[in-house]
Amino acid sequence: MALLKSNKVIYCLGNISPSLGVLSIRNSSWWGGVQMGPPDPILGVSEAFKKDSNPKKMNLGVGAYRDDQGKPFVLSCVRKAEAIITTKQMDKEYLGIGGLGEFTKSCAQLAFGNDNEVLKSGRNITVQTISGTGSLRIGANFLSRFHGGPRDVYLPKPSWGNHTPIFRDAGMQLKAYRYYDPSTCGFDFTGALDDISKIPEQSVIMLHACAHNPTGVDPRPEQWKEISDIVKKRNLLVFFDMAYQGFASGDIDRDAWAVRYFIEQGHNILLSQSFAKNMGLYGERVGGFSVVCKDAEEAKRVESQLKILIRPIYSNPPMNGARIAATILHTPELYSIWLGEVKEMAERIIKMREMLVAGLKKEGSSQNWQHVIDQIGMFCFTGLKPEQVERLTKEFSVYMTKDGRISMAGVTSGNVGYLAQGIHAVTK
Amino acid sequence: MSVFCEVSQAAPVAVFKLSQDFNNDQFPNKVNLGVGAYRTDEGKPWVLPVVKKVEKIIVHDDSLNHEYLPILGLPEFRSSASKIALGDDSPAIQENRVGAVQCLGGTGALKMGAEFLRRFYNGNNNTKTPVYVSAPTWENHNAVFASAGFDDVRPYKYWDAENRGLDLAGFLGDLESCPAHSIFVLHACAHNPTGTDPTQDQWQQIAEVMMRRNLFVFFDSAYQGFASGNLDKDAWAIRYFVSMGFEMFCAQSFSKNFGLYNERVGNLTIVARDADNLKRVLSQMEKIVRTTWSNPPSQGARIVAVTLTSPELFSEWKENVKTMADRVLLMRAQLKAKLQALGTPGTWDHITEQIGMFSFTGLNSKQVEYMVKERHIYLMASGRINMCGLTSKNIDYVAESIHATVTSV
Repeated sequence: MALLKSNKVIYCLGNISPSLGVLSIRNSSWWGGVQMGPPDPILGVSEAFKKDSNPKKMNLGVGAYRDDQGKPFVLSCVRKAEAIITTKQMDKEYLGIGGLGEFTKSCAQLAFGNDNEVLKSGRNITVQTISGTGSLRIGANFLSRFHGGPRDVYLPKPSWGNHTPIFRDAGMQLKAYRYYDPSTCGFDFTGALDDISKIPEQSVIMLHACAHNPTGVDPRPEQWKEISDIVKKRNLLVFFDMAYQGFASGDIDRDAWAVRYFIEQGHNILLSQSFAKNMGLYGERVGGFSVVCKDAEEAKRVESQLKILIRPIYSNPPMNGARIAATILHTPELYSIWLGEVKEMAERIIKMREMLVAGLKKEGSSQNWQHVIDQIGMFCFTGLKPEQVERLTKEFSVYMTKDGRISMAGVTSGNVGYLAQGIHAVTK
Repeated sequence: MSVFCEVSQAAPVAVFKLSQDFNNDQFPNKVNLGVGAYRTDEGKPWVLPVVKKVEKIIVHDDSLNHEYLPILGLPEFRSSASKIALGDDSPAIQENRVGAVQCLGGTGALKMGAEFLRRFYNGNNNTKTPVYVSAPTWENHNAVFASAGFDDVRPYKYWDAENRGLDLAGFLGDLESCPAHSIFVLHACAHNPTGTDPTQDQWQQIAEVMMRRNLFVFFDSAYQGFASGNLDKDAWAIRYFVSMGFEMFCAQSFSKNFGLYNERVGNLTIVARDADNLKRVLSQMEKIVRTTWSNPPSQGARIVAVTLTSPELFSEWKENVKTMADRVLLMRAQLKAKLQALGTPGTWDHITEQIGMFSFTGLNSKQVEYMVKERHIYLMASGRINMCGLTSKNIDYVAESIHATVTSV
């Protein structure tokens, strides 16, 4: 609208004085019509948090792990890997489009298990990606170009906020299946099965492998089995998003159970993996995108097309983080340190969940907070309503997203009592 | 029945296939003149001494962590990188109308710029806006703009094969006759693949037409410092266009001039009319970044930022860059001298007139095939050679091979 208006002004000026009109065009901007983009809901939380001067303030918006002092945590296996890498004095030549081979191989092994048939047969292809986002985007682009089925991708309701724009930008359409039950703060199993049973054949269904974001609500194994059955019946293409392997339960095999079960059941899945959280490599952008194909020949064709998709976006992926991750995954000593540190992070979160619930009970809350303990991973869907969230922020300087989601990683033994106080105050 | 049974095998990217073939070749005197990466006189990759130094600093700094960068990237990187292109004292920077997006290499910067233009330039989502790339150009330019959604990516006249130089008349002619608001991808210096750059006078003529016809300026700057050995000299065209008042994009790569190829260090510098326009543009760039890679990788940007913001390290870097540029200049001089000494038919002045990493030899595809198959010298089908692939040890063999090729094919 603004652009149309300014054109009118220019034409008027042009009529009065042609040279003035030209001058106006030169002095106006190409970008006059570009609107201010809406602020990112999660970043907005961090911005407001930064401005707050309350010494007791808490930032429960950010999805990054913090230690019990509230500080970022660089894993010691990462530091050790970096030291090893420095001594090797490697060159900085371009990686192939598909990334560091050592990394993609161990990335796949981590997800599927070292002895998985999909690895032995060569029918899996894994490419290195720009962390989880980059992986999802490549996957979305791949589906958009090659998937012969419906354009619809079914996300759980709710899902990670960025899923929708990623798929949309890639040209796919979004639909949802029931997932979170606000009345129980748990899994709407019947609703999910009901909705999934109605999804048109060959549609794409997105499943969070573990530690569902934002709710922290995961299906139990028996429930996964039924989901697998119905998905198979409907002939749906499964796209797993696994951003928290190891981070959810503390056990990497347990967290990958659903992915491996689906493979076993014959689903040829798409899989996005991120090493941002489980290795604390956030800013290094380490991820993988896998396609489990019919056979090795198909995997080769798919790989060639993935490269064609990647090349015009960023040519080839960054080395540093992948090299660190590969070193950890390949070096037995570092691998075992890593398993320990992942467990440590997961256990601290679990402990914070328990302490929060204990704290709420101590405050005298009569609400049922069991879901805080039942939910898993970094996030907790507290069940707080927007007005309660607003009060919590205004009166207690506790910053979180409007949907009631808190990042447990931002909770420490030092501030969990204060958090319990605040939550109780707004919910009693 | 697989969902992907219709997926056909894609052809491999030519330049990478060339390297692969080279690697598989057992011939002892093989030479790789393909991929655009710097090599020392021993034919080895070169990690810049200043980079090694800075990496040590980073790895020993316990205060650093691996947290997410902001969506638009490391602030110190973005601003210091833009300063490199525009100059420390750039009026546009002082006027607060220069911004930047840290991207994954030059490719990523081109991609972000292309995605933004497709959404917001020349109306909303106007995929029909013509995008002009030089004939010839870097083979990925076409794909970047096409994948961003532009339907109409066309060549503009650039290389005069007959005279082995710039086809200025053709270039200007395309600028005069193209649809208004067309986007032009300009190589800031060291044109890839021809190594042929406009002179300052020619740039002035180009700028005049572009301003008059309201064409969009999109610079691709992948070799700043690498062309002449002097950063400011290599940025002359960019700075001239800024001084002429253009709003423009400049995709910068630090792959070559920092030797940071695999860390994917790039910067999309945005010059806007004013701070308000810049602000809105950056806010929309964030949306595009968020659905592509969320936020960029930190290691490479850190290395560059630390280097550029320390006077000592910055000096050392400039020397490292000059070392690379000087070796290339030496190889150019020597190759030409040898071909002339051999009496190889044709003129070879273009080898020293051309600038940067690449040279368009003028060899035709049959001659190239002969070079690859018979002489085990790997170069692109276009006749493009990477001067960095030449060393004091192989330059005689290469000169003789060119001689043999030209006289027999």
